[in-house]
Amino acid sequence: MKEQLAKIRDEALEAIRGTDAAAALDAVRVKYLGKKGELTALLKQTGKLPPEERPVVGQLANEVRTALTEAIAAQNKALADAALNLKLAAETVDVTIPGTKTELGHKHPLSIVIDEITDVFTGMGFEVAEGPEVELADYNFTKLNIEEGHPGREWTDTFYTKEDSSVLLRSQTSPIQIRVMEAKKPPIRMIAPGRVFRKDEVDATHSPMFHQIEGMVVDKGITMADLKGTLNEVVKALYGPDAVTRFRPHHFPFTEPSCEVDMQCFECKGKGCPMCKGEGWIEILGAGMVHPKVLEGCGIDTEVYSGWAFGMGVERLVMRRFGIKDLRLLFENDVRFLKQF
Amino acid sequence: MKLSRKWLNEFVDCSSVSDKEFAEAMTISGSKVEIVTDLGAEFHNVVVGRCLSMERHPNSDHMWVLQIDVGAEEPIQICTGAWNVHVGDLVPVAKHKSTLPGGVKITKGKLRGVVSNGMLCGLSELGLDTRDFPYGAIQAAAILGDYHVLPGEQPSIPADVAPGHKIYGKVIAARVEKCETVAYAQFRLTLDTGKGQAETTTPCQNIHEGDMICYNTATGEVLTLAGLHAQQKEFPNCIEDGIFILNEDCKPGDDLTQVLGLDDHVVEFEITPNRPDCLGVIGLAREAAVTFGQPLQLHQPEVKGCGESILNHADVDILDPDLCPRYCGRLVRNVKIGPSPKWMRERLRASGVRPINNIVDITNYVMLEYGQPMHSFDFACVEGSHINVRRAYPDEEMTTLDGKPHKLSENMLVIADEKKPVCIAGVMGGANSEITDQTTSVFFESANFNGVSIRKTAMALGMRTEASGRYEKGLDPMNTLPAVERACELVELLGCGEVLDGIIDVVAQDYVPTSLQLQPDKVNKLLGTDISAEEMKKILTDLGFTLEGDTIYVPSWRSDVAHYSDIAEEVARFYGYNNLPTTLMKGDTTRGGLTDKQKAEKSLGQIFRGLGYSEILTYSFISPSDYSKIRMPEDSPLRKSVTILNPLGEDTSIMRTTAIPSLLETLARNYNHRNPAAKLYEIAKIYLPVEGQELADERQQLCLGGYGEGLDFFSFKGAIETVLDALGIQDAKYTAKKDDPTFHPGRCAQLWVGGKAVGTFGQIHPLVAKNYGMDLPLFAAQLDFADLLACRQSEVLYQPLPKFPAVERDIAVVCDESIPVAQLSDCIARGGKGLVKEVKLFDIYTGKPIPQGKKSVAFALKLRAEDHTLTDAEADGDIKAILALLEQECQAVLR
Repeated sequence: MKEQLAKIRDEALEAIRGTDAAAALDAVRVKYLGKKGELTALLKQTGKLPPEERPVVGQLANEVRTALTEAIAAQNKALADAALNLKLAAETVDVTIPGTKTELGHKHPLSIVIDEITDVFTGMGFEVAEGPEVELADYNFTKLNIEEGHPGREWTDTFYTKEDSSVLLRSQTSPIQIRVMEAKKPPIRMIAPGRVFRKDEVDATHSPMFHQIEGMVVDKGITMADLKGTLNEVVKALYGPDAVTRFRPHHFPFTEPSCEVDMQCFECKGKGCPMCKGEGWIEILGAGMVHPKVLEGCGIDTEVYSGWAFGMGVERLVMRRFGIKDLRLLFENDVRFLKQF
Repeated sequence: MKLSRKWLNEFVDCSSVSDKEFAEAMTISGSKVEIVTDLGAEFHNVVVGRCLSMERHPNSDHMWVLQIDVGAEEPIQICTGAWNVHVGDLVPVAKHKSTLPGGVKITKGKLRGVVSNGMLCGLSELGLDTRDFPYGAIQAAAILGDYHVLPGEQPSIPADVAPGHKIYGKVIAARVEKCETVAYAQFRLTLDTGKGQAETTTPCQNIHEGDMICYNTATGEVLTLAGLHAQQKEFPNCIEDGIFILNEDCKPGDDLTQVLGLDDHVVEFEITPNRPDCLGVIGLAREAAVTFGQPLQLHQPEVKGCGESILNHADVDILDPDLCPRYCGRLVRNVKIGPSPKWMRERLRASGVRPINNIVDITNYVMLEYGQPMHSFDFACVEGSHINVRRAYPDEEMTTLDGKPHKLSENMLVIADEKKPVCIAGVMGGANSEITDQTTSVFFESANFNGVSIRKTAMALGMRTEASGRYEKGLDPMNTLPAVERACELVELLGCGEVLDGIIDVVAQDYVPTSLQLQPDKVNKLLGTDISAEEMKKILTDLGFTLEGDTIYVPSWRSDVAHYSDIAEEVARFYGYNNLPTTLMKGDTTRGGLTDKQKAEKSLGQIFRGLGYSEILTYSFISPSDYSKIRMPEDSPLRKSVTILNPLGEDTSIMRTTAIPSLLETLARNYNHRNPAAKLYEIAKIYLPVEGQELADERQQLCLGGYGEGLDFFSFKGAIETVLDALGIQDAKYTAKKDDPTFHPGRCAQLWVGGKAVGTFGQIHPLVAKNYGMDLPLFAAQLDFADLLACRQSEVLYQPLPKFPAVERDIAVVCDESIPVAQLSDCIARGGKGLVKEVKLFDIYTGKPIPQGKKSVAFALKLRAEDHTLTDAEADGDIKAILALLEQECQAVLR
């Protein structure tokens, strides 16, 4: 009987290993381990053995059963693996074929730069102010200490919508300073990006409509040193920690002292190159301490409060930043242009 | 303002400062330098030479071989094709290995076999022209040896023409036997006239011994091409060009840049309009003196006079004191008009002013030096001795120096004699009293005018001159007297006239100096510094301010200083802006950041771009005809726009009340640029005029549109729906809009939110598309941003997740094709008893077996109760009620 058991084991193991499908494997299991299977049948005969042999044969029979059960399990797994591998192989795709992509739209380069600058200032506790584009001459000029007879007030320079020159298209974002000061009490920290209009014919560097960003701080004890400190931080935030600035005197009617801020040319590091027209410096903005007359005109006590303000043109910044040579591209809105940003 | 550094050094010694240092320091102290030019930078190895001898070139019919003394031991030989050189002439010589303006390099070589050790230069080769050196203009005689017969014509002069041959009338051919230089560009000729000898003088420079010329026996004149009525082609070498024969005090070997005054460096400044004092050498010298800590050496003009008083000859009245605060004048007689001296011409040239004659040059020189415009006029042209400074009479006329006639108005100030205006004050003189070569008595005017009036006059006449540009900035009333004194001092120095004793000085407005209190604390508080009062006082004193205790008297040339903040700027400029500390602001922190609206704008932009729409920025102004292009009804209130009264052109003359034209124009441009598709958006401002209000109602519109593959009504609507979802708008409704002529009548929707119409979108009407030159489906939307924002769901409140399962039911109903789906889904929503939680359209079908004119519309419904599991019977009950309502309201029956 021992021999029979060994024979069954050998035959069964061979049969198991020879199967190539789950159904065949199951047939082998039934053949040997099923209720009417060969091993089962053989085990039924152990009762006929002499009592002393029974435990020995019984143990052997259990070993054979275990071996077959394990072999079937192993073969089962091997077959499943093989089948899965086959399926996966069949499902292989060419991963270099382009995906199904959603075409994203693009932000206008002017908005990119305006948002960047706005982010820097809002991070410093500035709010973003807005004002009308069809504006009163009073706000665009008079309250900014720009006298009657100033060339900027001429009809050759500024667009007017009223015969008596009292209403115009704002020629700068500075009237927003006045509107903010009239609307709220210090402390004021605001920036105001916006459209402005001047009577310039369209060419590669001019447009009758362009963008400026205005900024202003009014509070107790604000100094020109604060102006320098803050604008230096902003320039570093926009152009990197190595950006070098220079402040030089200038003239604006609504600030005193006034200055222009230059940044050392990032192309030549100040040596002079075509980018900076040989000067080594690139003018980036105008600024100054808010003229006491302007503050007083808005009902702000100059014995207590002082302030600084700045203004910058956005188009030139954008053109330099992205290497755009013709301003007209910014307002033509050709998708081949827009897609690059 | 162009500043000659040589001229500057006369007032403040900056000779040891390099151009770069000078530019840097002046810029930092407030006088922005644009560029510094070394006038002689391009010259190398170019010297003065003297012509020792000349022979005709053996192998050329038009060239000469010259021996030139260039100050070396041996003369050098140079070949030239120019005909205007004579023995003894001083000429510019570009020697072997020299460079000339434009980077031209000269080396020795052979010209038709003869060695030439360099080149003689004309004005153009030196980068100059006759405006720089008027005496360098060349006249050329017609030399018969150079006569070439024009192709196809008979020769008018025989090839073997002999002296005495009659050319025409009294003009004969004559041979030059002798040519002597008697003065600069003056030659005495001895001629063989065929009948004997004749002598004459000529300014023509191209004549040499042996030449055959045309001679007028009646006038003694040597004929030029013009005199001969000949064409240049007939005499190709008789040209009014050639070598620049020097008429300067110089000798062979001298460096040419020094001889021509090109050894100067010119600094070009950008002067801000508040500093007209810096439009003069003295004003800039004052800035430079404080910048470099050097003493300022001012010059007191002194006029000797001639013993005769001006009082007997002229007097001046200011009739309009508001327009002319002060008028100074002096009279000069026995004037000899001629060129001004070289040093003066050099300085004028360096300053960008063209030399004209001594008197005109003096007025320009003084203007450049003092910053005070001067006018000189021929006093012989003044009728009577009385000069009035008055407003022009209505329709009074005058022709200005540039030859242009002008009709004047009462707003314009003129300088007039007893009968007529001789000058438009501060703008330009009259042609009737122009300085000419015949002028013998000159009136020098140095006046102060009202800046605004001058600017308005100049603008009205369309002639912004150097003088008016200065006056309009408001000039120093105390500068008129020294300026006229300086002019007369120069007249005496140049010896070009006798200055009469006495000065006319009419003061119509007394000058009172501005006084301010020095408040060092206030200045320091504004600057964030700790500068001592002494240091402030020193800076101010150096700049010409006077101090009495703490009272500051502002100098007359600094009308821009009127406030303590102006004093702070003066102190800061010379303390150094870059020496001010840099601090971060103290004080209360502010919250800052974006408003809800600004945040919404930003996130909307992100959503639009996520949907594939790119941002555009378009002009706020459009053309009135744009409204017709989008077929806006004639009576539409939107046709009433804010109008620009002085637009650049019709195309940009009104502020838009709709952004659709801007969008369509942009789409059309993209279409014309052959871009196959475009999807664009703009958060665009529109400007609605408000009755009885100065300012417009400026509203932001969400404007989007596009064309191209994949874009149809429903994908476009889907984008809008997505945007509304993102904004948090839940009760959007859409109705068909058939009466907007801009849109396709069958493909246009009105968007309703909260019961309010907030926008329109759809396919653009083909006639509108055609107006923009497009013939493909275009889509556009215009939604009011503020209205949408107002309808946002304010706060999100969490809804518990359903605890009980839903029952799903599909229903398909057949109804008239004209019934909108929205009406059906509305019935479904209302028809049940509150169990329907979701309605989703999944099919619309027309065609067999559905009858003609009908459609089958299928919806998937989800029904659910919140408190128990729904039974089939409950669901059926709801469906039944829904179907009943559908039939009742829409005549829709279950399919």
